[in-house]
Amino acid sequence: MDARRESEPTSMKNRTTMERRSERELVVTRTFDGPARIVFEAWTKPELLKRWWAPKSTGLSLLSCEAYVRVGGSYRFEFGHEGSKPMAFFGKYIEVIPHSRLVWTNDESADGALTTVTFEEKGGKTLLVMRELYPSKQALDGATAGMEGGMHETFEQLDELLVTLGASVSRS
Amino acid sequence: MLTHGGAEDPLAYRPSVRYILNLMVQYSRARFDASFAALSDATRRGVLEQLGRADASITDLAEKFQMTLTGMKKHVGVLEQAGLVSTEKVGRVRTCKLGLRRLEQEAAWIEKYRQLWDARFDELDNVVEELKRKETVDGRKKRE
Repeated sequence: MDARRESEPTSMKNRTTMERRSERELVVTRTFDGPARIVFEAWTKPELLKRWWAPKSTGLSLLSCEAYVRVGGSYRFEFGHEGSKPMAFFGKYIEVIPHSRLVWTNDESADGALTTVTFEEKGGKTLLVMRELYPSKQALDGATAGMEGGMHETFEQLDELLVTLGASVSRS
Repeated sequence: MLTHGGAEDPLAYRPSVRYILNLMVQYSRARFDASFAALSDATRRGVLEQLGRADASITDLAEKFQMTLTGMKKHVGVLEQAGLVSTEKVGRVRTCKLGLRRLEQEAAWIEKYRQLWDARFDELDNVVEELKRKETVDGRKKRE
């Protein structure tokens, strides 16, 4: 038990916060023990991104990771998740300000957010703020209701099934 | 179309069926049977259709479906058990709406998403540490 406690450096760990700040906006914050140029580098070099974007603890694996981090450059990440079919996330970088700001689109869905990441250095540490701005309240509501992504096919099928079921019940 | 007569016509409640299914799919498979049982009744489908347009009190629903309060309470109870409807009592009025209590659902999603980023950032900490060490070493080796 003591060993387990020692292996968890919880007191050292910086906290990740996430909140819905408005109808359309989700905000994530985290402080890193390093200068902004280093944190920025880890977000903008594919070989570094690869190392942290799909943490093992989540069961995700990164199948491919391309990121051309410059204004107008595209990115594409493909994930696998325990045998289910791969998911692709892609979009374009629309703002790249070295060591301070990144903005990219999330084009895999029409309800995808615009992501802005800022890096603020203070005393050798970096406060990272990530904002996801959704196109509408409905888009963010939909996401938080777990209705995003590959579930649509399932809905279609269930929808059909239910209409059939409804038809037969109302006739009986 | 504000009448509830649509409950007789399966196609008439199609749009809200889509919405209800969206809500349903997120529950465990175990809940599926309860959901389908709940949906096998025309009145209950009508109630869902109605709630798809606007939240309503049990009294409103009982009136609309020309039913006793007790009868409507039973139907709403079945829908609530199936996780299709949630109710909230404010003062003397119990209001019914589609789906889980929205705030609970949202809080759970945000926490899950936060955990994903937290896990990423823990890994990113390692990358930052490594780059810092490398920078120190490189800084010693060469200028600029």
